[in-house]
Amino acid sequence: MVEARRFPIGEPILEVKNISLRFGGVRAITDTSFNVFRHEIRAIIGPNGAGKSSLLNCINGIYKPQEGTIALNGEVLDKISPNIVARKGLSRTFQNLALFKRMSVLDNILVGRKLHMSANFLEVAFRLPKAVHEERENRAKCEEIVEFLEISHIRDTPVGRLPYGLQKKVELGRALATEADILLLDEPMAGMNVEEKRDMCRFILKVNDAFGTTMVLIEHDMGVVMDISDNVVVLDYGKVIGDGPPDEVRADQAVIDAYLGVAHD
Amino acid sequence: MNSNFLFMGYTRSDVINLVVVLAVALILIPLTIESDYWYASILIPWLCLALAAVGQQIVMGYAGQLALGAAGFMAAGAFACFNLILRVPYMPFPVALMLSGLIAAAFGVLFGLPSLRVRGIYLMVATLASQFFIVWMIDKFGWFKNYDTSGIITAQDIVIFGKPFTTPLEMYLVVVVVVAVLTILAINMTRGSTGRSWMAVRDMDIAAESMGISLLRTKLQAFAISAFFCGVAGALFAFTYLKSLEPVAFDIKLSFKILFMVILGGLGTISGAFIGAAFILLFPVVLNSLGNNVFHGAIDATIISAAEQVVFGALIIVFMIYEPLGMTKLWENVKQRFRFKREPKATLPKPQVT
Repeated sequence: MVEARRFPIGEPILEVKNISLRFGGVRAITDTSFNVFRHEIRAIIGPNGAGKSSLLNCINGIYKPQEGTIALNGEVLDKISPNIVARKGLSRTFQNLALFKRMSVLDNILVGRKLHMSANFLEVAFRLPKAVHEERENRAKCEEIVEFLEISHIRDTPVGRLPYGLQKKVELGRALATEADILLLDEPMAGMNVEEKRDMCRFILKVNDAFGTTMVLIEHDMGVVMDISDNVVVLDYGKVIGDGPPDEVRADQAVIDAYLGVAHD
Repeated sequence: MNSNFLFMGYTRSDVINLVVVLAVALILIPLTIESDYWYASILIPWLCLALAAVGQQIVMGYAGQLALGAAGFMAAGAFACFNLILRVPYMPFPVALMLSGLIAAAFGVLFGLPSLRVRGIYLMVATLASQFFIVWMIDKFGWFKNYDTSGIITAQDIVIFGKPFTTPLEMYLVVVVVVAVLTILAINMTRGSTGRSWMAVRDMDIAAESMGISLLRTKLQAFAISAFFCGVAGALFAFTYLKSLEPVAFDIKLSFKILFMVILGGLGTISGAFIGAAFILLFPVVLNSLGNNVFHGAIDATIISAAEQVVFGALIIVFMIYEPLGMTKLWENVKQRFRFKREPKATLPKPQVT
């Protein structure tokens, strides 16, 4: 990670400010703030139940936090829903796979191109030149992604029939297809073996390097986190207890306590 | 892969299929079948109900919204068509047909609204409202029936460019053309970005929304297009098959029939709508002729019609358990098996090289 990057880390692209999220009386996230910088790979770590996935769901608009603001590209999002956030250039994958099970791999990835396709249903129904043209172009784009992720051999298989590791890849492909500025990856390597993990890391680094895509990923494997991330946010009990480069965070006493389980007061 | 496409994104086999189907429907059948019974009692109702089933397929098989009330939209389309021809001077039949579809589509949007809040079986109950409301409205306000008190109104003759289409064969040709055009449009939509958005909403709505798909627009669009197909189908059904207009013809039984066509034919395939419609329509005919010709009336007609219900019920359960994708899927499995034998290499995955 020492060689010069094609896309050096820049200004904040995603600003999470004082987010609090409660489910009834349960506080999932409490007054959490951090910035993600353009072109970086940012890891969010923390013990189980620390509120990592809830945080991603807040950023993506699935959960509506009771307090706090989220700004994308310097613009504070006041009305926030997954499809509005997607239009602002943010895409994601899900912890427990949220693929379109009965659709083929290629079709799943094509859904990711939705925001790049503007033909309305009449243009599609009558196959007017605009619809035919954009279908061809986006298909070609998706073929490139399929090629890139080395899943060409399963391009026409319904994703529901694929093994877990491949489904994770397809989900990454779908997120990549959006060409979003920022990708949220919720445990992209969970349940993978060492080899699959290595592959996934390679893809993440390659995408970041080739397109400058900002990545926010939740991961449990510390080795992976320390290897690929530029900065790490540590959550515990819905609060940020560490934020900085991996080496700094690893040496932080509060982080060590959280992971080793020191009694909370 | 682009070399596979002949034009407009159609493959060679698409074009061959289309030409074969149209040749059979427009040339072979009119040349070989002379009996009016076949046109008036089998082909015309089959095509009309298949078109309605395509509508049901769009909302249920593609967009995944469990809606029940296709017959309500059919009634809306049928009575809209009747009133348009009756009240608008010089209204050409094709235009009236399209406008009836649009009126049904407006109802589709209205009764699709509950899908934004509820899903599954609850949505089914909510959409039943369309069934009861539309039929009730037509019954309640005499204007829709032109203040006819007999309860049954004769449909006007179909006249296109001054030429009346009144014999069964002529009506059949009208129905074939309308159904063929609308089916091609439906296939185009389901294969294109429109259909992908529907299926994405069906398979995983949260992920679909995260990819920038608006659930509100996509669901209402599916309801509207579905109702459009049902509306046109209802108008055709009334004008070419029933030749009369009565709200009772569009009761809940018809909605269920269309639902079963889609389930038996196979959810999420356009061909399933046609296969399912053929099965549901022909099965009683086959049973009856079995009763008449094999058992020579020894079995009572009421027993036969009861047996029909039992067999339908059993089949639906069997399909739901063993092959939720219906008869189309069975047919594809058969095809797949033969293909596999011929060229086994094509379907084996390539070893992955990293």
